[in-house]
Amino acid sequence: MTSRSFAFVAGLTPALVVGWLGFPRLLYKRVEQPLSFSHKVHTGEKGGMACADCHALGPDGRFTGIPRLEKCAGCHAQPIGTTADEKRFVDDYLNKGQEVPWLVYSRQPDNVHFPHAVHIGKKVPCERCHGPHGTTDTLRAWQVNRISGYSRDIWGPRITRAFRRPWEGMKMNDCIRCHAERGQSSSCLACHK
Amino acid sequence: MKSAKKLVDGETHRYGMVIDLDRCTGCGACMVACAVENNVPPGDPAANERTGISWLRVYRMNDGQPLPETRTAFVPVPCQQCGAKTPCVSVCPQNAVEIDRSSGIVGQIPVRCLGCRYCMAACPYHARSFNWWDPAWPAGMKESLNPDVSTRTRGVVEKCNFCFHRLQAARAKAAAAGSREESPGDYLPACVEACPTSAFLFGDLDDPTSDVAKAAEGKGTFRLLEKLGTDPKVIYRSARPWIRQMADGALPRNGKEEHRG
Repeated sequence: MTSRSFAFVAGLTPALVVGWLGFPRLLYKRVEQPLSFSHKVHTGEKGGMACADCHALGPDGRFTGIPRLEKCAGCHAQPIGTTADEKRFVDDYLNKGQEVPWLVYSRQPDNVHFPHAVHIGKKVPCERCHGPHGTTDTLRAWQVNRISGYSRDIWGPRITRAFRRPWEGMKMNDCIRCHAERGQSSSCLACHK
Repeated sequence: MKSAKKLVDGETHRYGMVIDLDRCTGCGACMVACAVENNVPPGDPAANERTGISWLRVYRMNDGQPLPETRTAFVPVPCQQCGAKTPCVSVCPQNAVEIDRSSGIVGQIPVRCLGCRYCMAACPYHARSFNWWDPAWPAGMKESLNPDVSTRTRGVVEKCNFCFHRLQAARAKAAAAGSREESPGDYLPACVEACPTSAFLFGDLDDPTSDVAKAAEGKGTFRLLEKLGTDPKVIYRSARPWIRQMADGALPRNGKEEHRG
């Protein structure tokens, strides 16, 4: 190897390491959720609930997102388990009438219009975009891009986006690809407001 | 009046409106409803008729006769939603303007806009506005912004899109009820809803059973600057010939509108 190509590789390698490994750590800020929550307990054998039992559509077809206190209070007016976080939920939020400030992993930028009512169904199950979120036992830290303020789930966990699974990433390209595969509209107004 | 055939492949609806100028009293309720619905901020103190933002502007005009024979009319001018040779679409270097095939509505995507204002120069109807200032709302007013419409920043162009977010809401409602087609009654732009004299009729121009399609074919209908061949989907109606003549720019503009954004 000539000294020039050696210098090239010697310069490129640390640059790549910094770019692919160091920069993402710098770019995303990790924020813990206010409470621990187990989707597994709710959707598993114990709870036996479906996604739409809590994350429902409103009467006008609007997605209601994360349920409000009254929904949780339907079962958890008093702690029914033994975890500290459930007690904290009842004491700090429910009894004070204060909504839990959950951090939404899949929150899209403000100019995106995503109607759940039009998408969900047999052809597009929740897992297509949200992955195995409904079976997780703990809530992972929410990561936010320090520059754009967007959740890391928009880009996806893999910074290179190589070998990504279908639900890893909610970028516009991911939407467009799925729309193209299914012959759906790719007009700007179809998804932007 | 016959409007041109569908020009875009795969178009399923062609939303349009008929505005009855003999019913319009110039009250301006449509302008206010539009601004509130679409998060258009109050005009900057330095804004004038040219630099302010309005998606829908009510023009006042008269027949040029001396008093007391003067006759006045008011003309609400939203984006005319051109169907052919759409001037703004053809000039945009950013693909920030396009015709939505499912509705025929001309969409403007502000985040894609680079602010060159070529579309504003191209638009023969002055239906486009440029954000010369960052939007500023008086204290407390931010809480009342419409969450269905994204706010814009300084440096981009915006315009009427027939309250497309209301079409989206109608579609979501239909989808929740198991249908792929929005029901016509669920989708009305804010101006149409606000008009106290029902001067606006709105609906699918391609649906021959709709009131708007029938009205569009009715007597005394015309479109602004028809001779340009832009095939607008906003159709006007008046029984007064001098108003119809004005539509093609045959009469000189003799009244100055007083608008500040």
